[in-house]
Amino acid sequence: MYNSIISLNNITKKFGKQTVLRNVNFQVPSGRIIGLIGPSGAGKSTIIKIILGMEIPDRGVTTIFNQKMPNRKLLGRIGYMAQSDALYEQLTGRENLQFYADMKEIKGRVAQEQIEHVSSVVDLVKDLDKRVSGYSGGMKRRLSLAIALLGSNQILILDEPTVGVDPALRRKIWWELQNLRNQGTTILVTTHVMDEAELTDDVALLLGGQIIAYNDPSSLKQAYQVNSIEDVFLKAEAQQNENNIYR
Amino acid sequence: MRTISIAKRVTKELLRDKRTLMLMFLAPILILFLMKLVFSVNSSTQVDIATVDVKSSLVKTIDKVSHISTKKYSSNAEAQKALDNKKVDAVIKYSGGDFYVTYANTDASKTAATKAALKSSVVANTMKQLEQTLQKVQSRIPNAPEARTHQVKIHNKYRYGNSDTNFFDKIVPILMGFFVFFFVFLISGMALLNERTSGTLNRLLATPVKRSDIVFGYMISYGILAILQTLIIVLFTVWALNVEVVGNLLNVILINFILALVALAFGILMSTFAKSEFQMMQFIPLVIVPQIFFSGIIPLDTMANGVKVISYILPLKYAGDALSGIVMSGDGFIKILPEIGILLIFLVILTILNIVGLKKYRKV
Repeated sequence: MYNSIISLNNITKKFGKQTVLRNVNFQVPSGRIIGLIGPSGAGKSTIIKIILGMEIPDRGVTTIFNQKMPNRKLLGRIGYMAQSDALYEQLTGRENLQFYADMKEIKGRVAQEQIEHVSSVVDLVKDLDKRVSGYSGGMKRRLSLAIALLGSNQILILDEPTVGVDPALRRKIWWELQNLRNQGTTILVTTHVMDEAELTDDVALLLGGQIIAYNDPSSLKQAYQVNSIEDVFLKAEAQQNENNIYR
Repeated sequence: MRTISIAKRVTKELLRDKRTLMLMFLAPILILFLMKLVFSVNSSTQVDIATVDVKSSLVKTIDKVSHISTKKYSSNAEAQKALDNKKVDAVIKYSGGDFYVTYANTDASKTAATKAALKSSVVANTMKQLEQTLQKVQSRIPNAPEARTHQVKIHNKYRYGNSDTNFFDKIVPILMGFFVFFFVFLISGMALLNERTSGTLNRLLATPVKRSDIVFGYMISYGILAILQTLIIVLFTVWALNVEVVGNLLNVILINFILALVALAFGILMSTFAKSEFQMMQFIPLVIVPQIFFSGIIPLDTMANGVKVISYILPLKYAGDALSGIVMSGDGFIKILPEIGILLIFLVILTILNIVGLKKYRKV
């Protein structure tokens, strides 16, 4: 794709003898919400780690904003939410947000405004001064998301953002993501929830270390002649298994 | 500044963990207090000696030696029986002009005390006999110069401490360093291990933070903590335990501060090799215990040369040397410079290893 903001070219990644990613090409165009779906162990988190420069691929090149990764400074323009809630439990929600605002070098009043904004998006304003150790699972998930939203990010990378979040709030979060997309933010989301995948602009299907399909949801459904992304997923997986048998 | 933010965060987390704080500040005080009690009594070991056929004048002299009491037995068999029953610690038998001594030898210090007491008493008695003989001879010779009867007195003067100074005073300076090293090593190692396993370290490195910011942030936080801990330990030993510090307290704090940073860097490095808190604990016998042996608590001069070499690679040895020097001989800043230098070398190497080691989590 011509105007891609994230670009993975011929990426191969092995852990020991196991090949996790096989010659992956993945281009993310600017200003869209991309859903990355695939069974657990397919390599979704590895792709994210390579994009962030936490892992180096054995072969291939990753670029972000047309600059080669890993690159520490580019991380300031990326919002990231990890799969596990990596929060400082002894600190309050506000202190966690303040700490990550410091890490992103968001200063003074701007930081305060942003903390107010992101915590209202995830509906945590009234719990902001409680210690995280007293938070429920869903609250922790929301705080992680709020941290990812801090700063003026051009890219948001969200690893399973809505696990353990109530349906009403999930809708609100998606509304906010679409809002951010409309302002020009590129969003890469991994998810297990297939009806969430319907809300994305494009879906990339990762199976067996390769991206086997990458298109907008309706085109994908047409191509596989099914009615939902969930069925696309199941059908693709079944085909993959057949191929493996005859290989 | 990211470093300051990280230091602030680490400090906040520490301050909210009340139990760990208690461990750092109260545990050393409790242990020091107990050691003071334990080591203060050991100077007055009571030794009981059985005597068989020993001249009563000699027995009297032995009896006069402090912490030693004697009991006369009429036969050797009876005395040996008393030894078997642990009523006495040694049996001295006089026969044919020689002494035959049997020791229980279950406590080496009692054996040594018995030997010393017997020897000094024999010498004293012989001197007395000589003196008496001399006086007899003198009285027979007219106009003989009068023998000097001036009793020789020994005047003691202590450069450090007083007559009550004992083993505890010798190890106090080293213990101060040891506590700082041990607690900072353990707690910082655990803290970083927790960051690794909970994923916060990974998350943190997904921000534009520098790897060195993280290591230096931890150093600032634990450095301050170590200064506080040292102050508490020093004030307690000086005012509550009456240990004399000859040198400058600021030098003591300086050494402990550097040692704490070495311990911190060491703890962070070791946490790289541990997968759980339990595995972190397993480093105690490997990393901490050898340092106790070679820190100077057990005198290094008595060790074989080959073994002594090990001590040169252990940071606690240098801190122990410097602290003993400051506390007991009043060494000034110039005199402890070599030790400071070596500790700084340890610190620099370990810090670089840590900054490079974080590449495991982010490749840049």
